[in-house]
Amino acid sequence: MMNSTQTINIRIAGLGGMGILKSSHVLAEVLFRSGYDVKKAEVHGMSQRGGSVASDIRFGQKILSPMIPDGETDYLLILAPEEIDIHRPALRPGGVLINAQSFDQVPLPNRKSLNIAMLGTLSRHLDIPIETWSRIIRETFPEKLHAINLESFSAGRNLVK
Amino acid sequence: MIERKLLSGNEAVALGALHAGCTRGTGYPGTPSTEILENFDAIGGEAEWAPNEKVAAEVALGVAFAGARAMVTMKHVGLNVAADVLFTAAYSGVQGALVFVVADDPGLASSQDEQDTRRYGIAAGVPVIEPADSQESYDFTRLAFTLSARWKTPVILRMTTRVSHTTAIVQPSAPVEAPAPAHFVRDIPGRVMVPGHARIKHRALRAKLAEIQEWCETEGPNIILPGTSDTGIVSAGVASMHAREARPEASLLKLGMTYPLPFKLILGFLKDKSKRFVIEENDPVLVEQIRAAGGDVPWNPESYRMGELTVDRVRRILKGDTTPEPATPRGRPPRLCNACPHGYVFEILKKHDCIVAGDIGCYTLAALPPLSAMDSQICMGASIGVGLGLRHVLPEAEARRVVSVIGDSTFMHSGLTGVAEMVFNPPATGHVLIVLDNLTTAMTGQQEHPATGRRLDHTPATRIIIEDVIRAMGIKNVTVLDPVRQTAELEQTLIQALKTDALTVIVARQPCLLAAGRIRASERKE
Repeated sequence: MMNSTQTINIRIAGLGGMGILKSSHVLAEVLFRSGYDVKKAEVHGMSQRGGSVASDIRFGQKILSPMIPDGETDYLLILAPEEIDIHRPALRPGGVLINAQSFDQVPLPNRKSLNIAMLGTLSRHLDIPIETWSRIIRETFPEKLHAINLESFSAGRNLVK
Repeated sequence: MIERKLLSGNEAVALGALHAGCTRGTGYPGTPSTEILENFDAIGGEAEWAPNEKVAAEVALGVAFAGARAMVTMKHVGLNVAADVLFTAAYSGVQGALVFVVADDPGLASSQDEQDTRRYGIAAGVPVIEPADSQESYDFTRLAFTLSARWKTPVILRMTTRVSHTTAIVQPSAPVEAPAPAHFVRDIPGRVMVPGHARIKHRALRAKLAEIQEWCETEGPNIILPGTSDTGIVSAGVASMHAREARPEASLLKLGMTYPLPFKLILGFLKDKSKRFVIEENDPVLVEQIRAAGGDVPWNPESYRMGELTVDRVRRILKGDTTPEPATPRGRPPRLCNACPHGYVFEILKKHDCIVAGDIGCYTLAALPPLSAMDSQICMGASIGVGLGLRHVLPEAEARRVVSVIGDSTFMHSGLTGVAEMVFNPPATGHVLIVLDNLTTAMTGQQEHPATGRRLDHTPATRIIIEDVIRAMGIKNVTVLDPVRQTAELEQTLIQALKTDALTVIVARQPCLLAAGRIRASERKE
């Protein structure tokens, strides 16, 4: 868990088309509305063509560099298993890896919402009320996708007790 | 008080421009600058895609000549195209305000080179402002308009990929009152840059820059963050954020304006520091200038002018660590989408072992394995000229295999003059040009252009018909084919064309898979 002065670093990584930019948007909004300073860094331009995509989200009292230094990632969310090796050196010793493979047996309403399910798992580690998450998810997605994404978020949240 | 928001640097520039009373935004798409105009349009600004950056800058200059406020956006290489405007607009100056928003791409996330826009500021005599995060992107955009209006000069806002594409908190401030409506004030000696006028304006420019430099010394957007050690770091842009994080105990002079530089401020800051560093991305532009002004700052190892800086790399510079840097894992490169219409064309070019002079766009991905079907890519429009050059001098058997390949948006940007050259100075073996027309500017995220028939906001405009223009320029063999449904005809047409000494253009037209849905939706609305 976090204390008020430290910077927490989260990386979401995978391939284009997996919803990495969308889930990092939800996460950054949730942190912003919770009163933290937050920076979210991502490189656009290639994401629709199946290339590697990663987004760094840093939050705390005061964030300087937008990119996470090597070995300082507290939570690493990997949506494409083959991308793990690229990002493993970024993980802090003792950091938490949330891997897509953990969801292989989890019934999700739609596999496309894996990105939001993984945020559900992450939410267990962050001291943020569940109402904030569901509010931002509702604000981010069109109404017809609310149920799918909220359900996926809960499925991910219930993965860890 | 306006509510705080989470904005990317590009969104913050758009909001800053709106709040600064920007009357019109122009530009040409290019990563990482593209979202600025799209956002400016979305929040109520008047925005347009021009055929290329030069035209965009000229339109913006006209807006500013009329006393209104203009912004022109582009990526770093776009300023090469618009440089002709920049250099002489620095002489003429403006009546309203003119801000060049230019986004550099250190580390080449999506570009063909790592050029440093600050050098253009120095070369042209145009002030350069560099934001470090989204808040400064907002504040400095507003400042750029203020400076431009005050000194009647163009101003460059230099963005970088990280600043453009990092989202952070922005506290907007009260918008300015709407600027006075545009009206024409005649100023022939000020705007007709014949030698007699330009000589006078050059002197005026230098005097103006000296004034701006004085302003920068005392009132410029530069801040000193004191530290506890005797180390002093001079930095700018996002590099200053890395530097503060890497060495919080050092004193940091963070420059918001990097041309003209406040040398008194810099030399004063460095005077009592026993260790001195300059941390900057791309070229050693600050180091060169500070050393030339008598500042005792070290050169950083050459390797740091390449690639993006990070906290880790800045730590290495500060430690004097010159051991080889660990290789950055690259991940999976992008590739042409499955079933991309471009792929069909490149399969044919590969099959016939063509020598392909390529261009800038998604289709450049065809140069990568497994296709490996492109032999050159230099700059917007170069496919045609380079292809013609190859044809002129290669032995006939090889010359006959040369094909130029260009996308639709790139063709409208810089292909027309290439076709003029093709008609004017045809090689002995003729030439073959393929226009890959997927009806959008695909690579940068599906922007419109003059041959899509829709404006920036996807509303209808007069559509330029590429094949009609090419025919009108004097090329007789012009064929339009669907590369997906008429693959065999396309192959036959190419084989025939390569055999003859004529000039042939094949327009391979099929909408981009990613854009097709949106294009259909726009057409239904029309």
